[in-house]
Amino acid sequence: MAQNVLKAVDIKKSFTGVQALKGVTLEIRPGEIHCLAGENGSGKSTLIKVISGVYTPEGGHVEYDGKSYKKITPIEAILNGVQVIYQDFSIFPNLSVMENLAFNTELASKSKLVNKKRMRKIAEEAIDKIKFEVDLDAKVGELPVASKQLVAICRALMFNAKLIIMDEPTTALTRKEINALFKIILDLKAQGIAILFVSHKLDEVFEISERFTILRSGELVFKGNTKDLDDKKFSYYMTGREIQIEPFEPKLTKQTKMLEVKNLTLNGYFYDVSFSVSKGEILGISGILGSGRTELALSLFGIRVVDSGIIKINGKEVAINSPTVAMENGIGYVPEDRLTEGLFLQQSIGDNIIISEIDNLTGKFGILDERKQSEEIQKWVKELSIATPNPDNACNTLSGGNQQRVVLAKWLARDLKVLILNGPSVGVDIGSKYDIHHILKKLADSGLAIIIISDDIPEVMSLSSKILIMRDGKISNTFEPSETTIHEITAQMV
Amino acid sequence: MLSKITNRISTVIKNDIYITRLIALMLIWLVFMGFFRFEKFYTVINFQTMAAQFPEFGLMAFGIMLCMILGGIDLSVVGVANFAAIVGAITLKKIVGVDGEMLGIAIPIVFIVGIIIGAMAGAVNGFLISIINIPPILATLGTFELFTGIAIVLTKGKAISGIPFGFSEAITGRLFGLIPIQLLIFLAMALVITFLVTKTTYGKKLYLTGTNITAAKFSGVKTTKIIIKTYMISGISASLGGLIMLANYNSARAGYGTVYTLQCVLIVVLGGINPSGGKGKISGVILAIFVLQMLASGLNKIPEISSFYIPLIWGGVLVAVMVMNYFTENKKIKL
Repeated sequence: MAQNVLKAVDIKKSFTGVQALKGVTLEIRPGEIHCLAGENGSGKSTLIKVISGVYTPEGGHVEYDGKSYKKITPIEAILNGVQVIYQDFSIFPNLSVMENLAFNTELASKSKLVNKKRMRKIAEEAIDKIKFEVDLDAKVGELPVASKQLVAICRALMFNAKLIIMDEPTTALTRKEINALFKIILDLKAQGIAILFVSHKLDEVFEISERFTILRSGELVFKGNTKDLDDKKFSYYMTGREIQIEPFEPKLTKQTKMLEVKNLTLNGYFYDVSFSVSKGEILGISGILGSGRTELALSLFGIRVVDSGIIKINGKEVAINSPTVAMENGIGYVPEDRLTEGLFLQQSIGDNIIISEIDNLTGKFGILDERKQSEEIQKWVKELSIATPNPDNACNTLSGGNQQRVVLAKWLARDLKVLILNGPSVGVDIGSKYDIHHILKKLADSGLAIIIISDDIPEVMSLSSKILIMRDGKISNTFEPSETTIHEITAQMV
Repeated sequence: MLSKITNRISTVIKNDIYITRLIALMLIWLVFMGFFRFEKFYTVINFQTMAAQFPEFGLMAFGIMLCMILGGIDLSVVGVANFAAIVGAITLKKIVGVDGEMLGIAIPIVFIVGIIIGAMAGAVNGFLISIINIPPILATLGTFELFTGIAIVLTKGKAISGIPFGFSEAITGRLFGLIPIQLLIFLAMALVITFLVTKTTYGKKLYLTGTNITAAKFSGVKTTKIIIKTYMISGISASLGGLIMLANYNSARAGYGTVYTLQCVLIVVLGGINPSGGKGKISGVILAIFVLQMLASGLNKIPEISSFYIPLIWGGVLVAVMVMNYFTENKKIKL
């Protein structure tokens, strides 16, 4: 057997009393595609930072090509061929592709003057390695996500990388782009370069990885071949509990239409969209990035204003031109990007929950009623089992799943008729994901009309009572989840 | 029992390191002055003088504080203050005769006119920032020039003097011969702002909008309204500061108090208001105002320290506190 490119043995690391890694071992062979999985907080990012020399482990050692190190600096890691591509790619968005690629070599050459010709040559060689076609003079910030990622890969390859670590590489990509990325990765594998994916969910990475290492709360729980894993085992290793997936069957049937839209159009984004959602129903809307799904949701919540078409709430036509009007009509919206659009991270969990209904929590003369506030906060923390010792703590002390519950609570605290969720479980670990699904099903059964927008097809399948597919701004298809398959839906999306 | 008390003290210290630090700084200074200049510093007159000096810039600092909690800044406060003072001076001269008749009516009218000017100026700032979307620092720098410009045109660049003396007497007078009226105006505004910030939905929305304006919009907060309201309150607070300046100097000019702009920004930061928004308390800013006033007055009482050193000491204290704030913040992030 070939020697490992990297072997991290019995790594221990703690932060202010919290043991993030409790003796974890990771082995990566040359030219293999390995996946390091674990929920948020399982210690996978800490392990990556130990391997790449950012953190110094308190116990254990790291071996590169058989050379053992107790302490590694980031430079040593790079010299030993370890390259990390983070989620934000660490590129300079305001510089051109050429500058991004040639920057390090140019700096290393120590010449004070910049030689454009030489830079172009370096950059051309770099993109040639993966046969990546791109305009070298384009600003990297203006490239699509997939191309940014490829720029980062090209840059990593310039350092004679033996191991490329990719943090959540597929989350922002479309299926087509993922396929292109996988082709490149298989190509790199053929050149003997090992790839380590870091992921917290079971997604596309699953199909291409040969071996898996799964961490849970800083401990190694699974190490082995991908073919020995299936969905169920994977969820079990990740969460430590058995999860049952049951399709959603609405308990309330033949109800009044809560939300009805006809021929809704927002020029440039979507055209002639018509559908309806009844009380107790969960409508799934799916489509790739840029299909108009997000703009549709934003229009229903009044952030964008439609150019034409009719929106009816409970049979009554309404002109939704601001979030305030949408809220007055009983519409709530859980945004796509929880961190920038959904939460006030540095503020207390409590304030995050009550902000949308704060005008109702006042006594005489509009003075805040502290008692009413804390009752309301306690109620929702309990109702959605938000895991916090004290709701006065800042929201950024919570995990992704709990943060999403806070966003949900913010809306449920109002008297809603329609709840729209854009990416209900993006960035949420598997355990919380199923808890959130369970909460949504319960809410529907209690009479709420729910719309979920998601490109996580299994999620849409298991939650929705009806599925709409959007393509190029139009509704291209409608499915009943019981009469379709994941493959059929995926095929309709692109 | 004792451990309970120390426990409480330690939670207070942990909860608000900025305020604790300012109190410590103030105590050290008070003790220092007690040792070296007791008979000069600890006099009723000295405290009365200090209490008459800080309200004018303290009120301007309040405005900057609110805007900074919102994630913005108001650099136009001095412009607004001078504008209000000049219009107030013109109004006074129009209404009140040389012999001081009609003064009883004139004072409330001057305050109403000043407050209206402050509110309007603030509304202009709020409009530029929330509706035209100009970054606050540029918008208010622009309106600072604008308001100062109007003030210069109104006065032809000269100081307005010959103001009926009764106004100055009324504002710089002392309640029961002890408490300066300026201080009462300052405290009244402090109370109003404290109430708005801690007891009303406006306050909650102010902090949350300052933390994340996009999330506030997505939560249905009318952010435009909050922004305009905040800059209007800032303008009103600044205009009150301007009227106190008018009373203190018994004259008004477009170029008065220009050093106050940066001084107020520094007070606000010293008071623990985070320039990126969403964090900070009014009590911290009030303390910072006190600390700076005491430092300034105290240094004046030490003739051995040449006045050349005063800006140096001033700057040193500010930079030191900000460095400490930086480390406090970073420690929090690491945890």
